Amino acid sequence: MRVKVLITPKEGLLDPEGRAVKEILEDNGYKVKSVRMGKVVELEVDDPSQVKEMVENFLYNPLIEEYVIE
Amino acid sequence: MKFGVCVFPGSNCDYDTYYVLRDVVGVEVRFLDFRETKIQNIDCVVLPGGFSFGDYLRAGALASKTPIAKALMDFAQRGGFVVGICNGFQILTELHLLPGALLRNENLRFVCKDVYLRVENSSTPFTKKLEKGEVIRMPIAHGEGRFYVPGGELKRLEERGQILFRYCQEDGSITKEANPNGSVGNIAGVCNETFNVFGLMPHPERACEDLLGYYDGLLLWYSLISA
Repeated sequence: MRVKVLITPKEGLLDPEGRAVKEILEDNGYKVKSVRMGKVVELEVDDPSQVKEMVENFLYNPLIEEYVIE
Repeated sequence: MKFGVCVFPGSNCDYDTYYVLRDVVGVEVRFLDFRETKIQNIDCVVLPGGFSFGDYLRAGALASKTPIAKALMDFAQRGGFVVGICNGFQILTELHLLPGALLRNENLRFVCKDVYLRVENSSTPFTKKLEKGEVIRMPIAHGEGRFYVPGGELKRLEERGQILFRYCQEDGSITKEANPNGSVGNIAGVCNETFNVFGLMPHPERACEDLLGYYDGLLLWYSLISA
């Protein structure tokens, strides 16, 4: 099965990439409250029970990131 | 004192570091391949700058899961000296051998220039040939060097003397203008609690010869070999 992991910068942590995108969106007339840039990791696995462990041990850094498994 | 320089796919300061240690400092040094599982007969391991594993996932994240990185954990716990330069610093934070994390520069630019550093603690094996408050000059070259630790942890680092270098002006003043990447507290280099693991974003190996215009980086190596 396919599992999607969304990893984003931790709430409250300065995300300069998100800030730059937000500024350009606003320059183009869009109203945006905030933009946070993250990444998507798509895993194809037989045993999804190990995904959480993989994410916590390898894929994300708890000091600076948050994640959601879909 | 015997040195080892780790080589990961994408390391690009490995030969500079090897050259400086062997030909300028004049110590015994050998390369350590990232697939090696043991670190033997070595007193100090240097993790060089570069883009290990292409900086994929996060800078230093993949290198921190290699066989040599696991051996490095044991090596450091046994009291061996470890120096991480630039990407090497990123690897050490990913390994949790050093506190904090290194994030994308605040201005989103890759910064390649000389910086001034103020010595914050000169009673460590890495800085004993320097003086507290002394200002030295070295180059930096990185896109992800914004040192971050949560507020409470920053205070603890300061209290324990784990901050060794801060970005400063030529006169030693710590200002926002002197901060090239947005690091908390202008921090350029930190040590672990037991003062045998040190990471810094500036490149001491690029500041070791008259020909290059400066040799302040040598003091770091000389400190270590007299440790």
